[in-house]
Amino acid sequence: MAAFGSLSLVIALSLAAYNLLAGALALRLIATGQLARVSAERMADTARRAGIACFVAVSAAVFALVWSVFTNDFSITYILEHSNRALPGPYKFSAMWSGQEGSLLLWAWLLATYGFVLRLTHKTDVKLYAYAGTILAGVQVFFLLVLNFAAPPFALFRGTVSEDGNGLNPLLQYPEMVIHPPMLYLGYVGFAVPFSFALGALMMRYPGEKWIRITRIWTMVTWMFLTAGIFLGMHWAYAVLGWGGYWGWDPVENASFMPWLTGTAFLHSVMMQEKKGMMKSWNVWLIFATFLLTLLGTLLTRAGLVSSVHAFAQSSIGTWFVVFMGIVLAVCIFTYVLQRSHLRSAHHLESLVSRESSFLFNNLVLLTACFVILWGTLFPVLSEFVTGSKVTVGAPFYNRVAVPIGLFLLLLTGAGPLLPWRATSFKSIQRNFVVPILVLWAAFIVCIAVGVSPWKNGAFDSGNFYALVAFALSAAVLAAILSEFFRGAAVISRQTGRSLLSAVYLLTSRNTRRYGGYVIHIGVVIIVVGLAGSAFNRNVESEMALHDKISIGPYTLVCVGATQDSNANYNSEFALLDVYKDGHKQFQLSPEKRVYLATEQPQTMVAIHSAPSWDLYVVYEGTNPNTNQPIIKAFLNPLVGWIWVGVAIIIFGTIVALAPGLSPAHSLRTSARTAPAEAALGGQIP
Amino acid sequence: MRVPLINSPALIRAIQTVAVAAVFLLMVGATDSNSRYTTLNHQLMCTCSCAELLGECNHVGCPMSGQELDELHKDIVSGSTDQQILTLFATRYGATVLAAPTMHGFDLVAWIAPVAVFAAALLGTILLIRRWRESTSPTTAPFPPSNETLRDQIRRDTGGYGGY
Repeated sequence: MAAFGSLSLVIALSLAAYNLLAGALALRLIATGQLARVSAERMADTARRAGIACFVAVSAAVFALVWSVFTNDFSITYILEHSNRALPGPYKFSAMWSGQEGSLLLWAWLLATYGFVLRLTHKTDVKLYAYAGTILAGVQVFFLLVLNFAAPPFALFRGTVSEDGNGLNPLLQYPEMVIHPPMLYLGYVGFAVPFSFALGALMMRYPGEKWIRITRIWTMVTWMFLTAGIFLGMHWAYAVLGWGGYWGWDPVENASFMPWLTGTAFLHSVMMQEKKGMMKSWNVWLIFATFLLTLLGTLLTRAGLVSSVHAFAQSSIGTWFVVFMGIVLAVCIFTYVLQRSHLRSAHHLESLVSRESSFLFNNLVLLTACFVILWGTLFPVLSEFVTGSKVTVGAPFYNRVAVPIGLFLLLLTGAGPLLPWRATSFKSIQRNFVVPILVLWAAFIVCIAVGVSPWKNGAFDSGNFYALVAFALSAAVLAAILSEFFRGAAVISRQTGRSLLSAVYLLTSRNTRRYGGYVIHIGVVIIVVGLAGSAFNRNVESEMALHDKISIGPYTLVCVGATQDSNANYNSEFALLDVYKDGHKQFQLSPEKRVYLATEQPQTMVAIHSAPSWDLYVVYEGTNPNTNQPIIKAFLNPLVGWIWVGVAIIIFGTIVALAPGLSPAHSLRTSARTAPAEAALGGQIP
Repeated sequence: MRVPLINSPALIRAIQTVAVAAVFLLMVGATDSNSRYTTLNHQLMCTCSCAELLGECNHVGCPMSGQELDELHKDIVSGSTDQQILTLFATRYGATVLAAPTMHGFDLVAWIAPVAVFAAALLGTILLIRRWRESTSPTTAPFPPSNETLRDQIRRDTGGYGGY
């Protein structure tokens, strides 16, 4: 199977190289109008078919690796180092991306899959898709070169083949780890597609704005995967690492967040191009930057440039990535300089207070946040280079610098959609902002009344202060967004006699993009509320003998046992804790500590009870060697569950925004059946 | 006719009221006691290579966190200032024990750069908007002033490809 896998990768590389070279040559011939022995169109089509065949070849290599994991083929070094016989089935899949070579193969496979879809749908715009497919093939060639020459996943183990493998890193033996990396990679890899469209459209001087709509849809899909991937990673960290948090500002976490920020900026600023023909160059560079940041993220994860807890898969392929990033940047700059006249556009703004300005400020804040995170991530390297000594840039730095930026962004999330295009009058401001401002102040007062104060133990606490601001702003933003829904739905309801809920449905169906966007904003607000709750986390730690109690918040935990268990994969120790509230037993938790046999590494299995107000989060830290009693640490983490709810809302909102809206004709038919008057007024105008 | 937003007395009064109320509300509950121990153990890293803040290291039998927390407690009791304690820890364990760059020497660049970049970008955005506004010729209002509500609504509800 190793030979089959290796051969598949060599074939894949050949096909991708043909796709790139034949595709580029064909497009050149078409562009210059030169004649060749084989027609340029036919050559371009063979290149496209080679791209499709490349997907088959990379899929064969993936199959070979998965087959080797499941058949315990320890003659392959990668399988030996990342799996073992007792590893449960789902985690055998995880083994594929737990190491350097496997995760690069996953990159190449997902890229080939995206390319496969792109090449199959080429009739949307044959020429543009040919450009995009050829550029994508260039990226594919790079990854296949790395897989064939720098990090071969099917390299054979030299020496006597072991009976069993070294096993999978225990941190990866958790359900989310089966889905988090592929989801994150779908996001990372996916940005190669909008990048290819943007670069291709620029190269061919694409007439009109159709390319930007195609690119926007691909970007939204990719953005959705990246969002899901990032939050799955947060949930994994929360449930597995056992420190009660979910985001540690680790360099690798930061690396995934940066392309998300620039991708989000693009999804907003692209509306300026669609509606007003503005910011063409800016949008192209946002997409270029996003793709480059995904490469930087992979470089940070894989090359060990900065120290990280995500040290699952580091090696020395950094040089390959640096060179490739250099080539990509050079191609981008060269193409831009050559074709910049095509991006020239007239920029007109009527007012500082307008939707257009809010998009500019939105981009300003998102890109500043991206810079801050990049700066914090790379500063230790810079500091070592300049002063010779390394420094730590941890949570206190980001909390002080990035949190205020995040709050400003939250403000724009609510204010932006309330501002009309072109200009805003004072009356309009009064009408749209009075309710949110009243809600802001009401939330502020309620928060202080229930004890959310910027003072903690008598001293000013920036965490509490930010939380207070976040709660109040979230309430205002939520009011602003809901009022937008309400205003539109109320008109439809009045005109058609529909219920308010049904009117909201019709309103959203008519402009899925706009109202899907609002739903995403609601998700963001809910997430902010969940994040702000962390300012009020508390914990208690105690050694617990049988029937000992610890109290935290409204809960009392009583130890009713501590025992051990074992299976072929690990030995475990766990405590049984009855949880009481107001004197009544509510449920039982059993936090666990495992020691995996193959790796001899320990792993915490946190017991979490989620409620809308808080999570009761209990960690079995081990046993005191002197007394042999379990040591339990319990956390009460307010509002954490809302983070995951917010993510689900964002995903839902993205799907709504991607769905095609009701066509005007359909919309009119629907309205005409119910109320001719509404149809005549176009839906919302009172 | 539009009222210029920046010069609106109502807006200025509203901003002043909000600012005064915010200061008043933020003072509620202020006392002079402190919790330096918690604050400081969240400004230091555990040096056992777990990459966690000292106050959050949760390893049973961690060879470093217990010792570091004891030292922190003693330093606080001895009357050292926060800055002295952080300097002492940096001397004992190296600069990487500090969870964030200091405000001295080259470390200061870490703090200044984000603010400088934000300020420059903000200034650039404002100048860009001003330039774009200057290049826009005033348009004739297509509706009489009494229909301003309707015009705003139409502006929001129209716009080619959707979006918001």
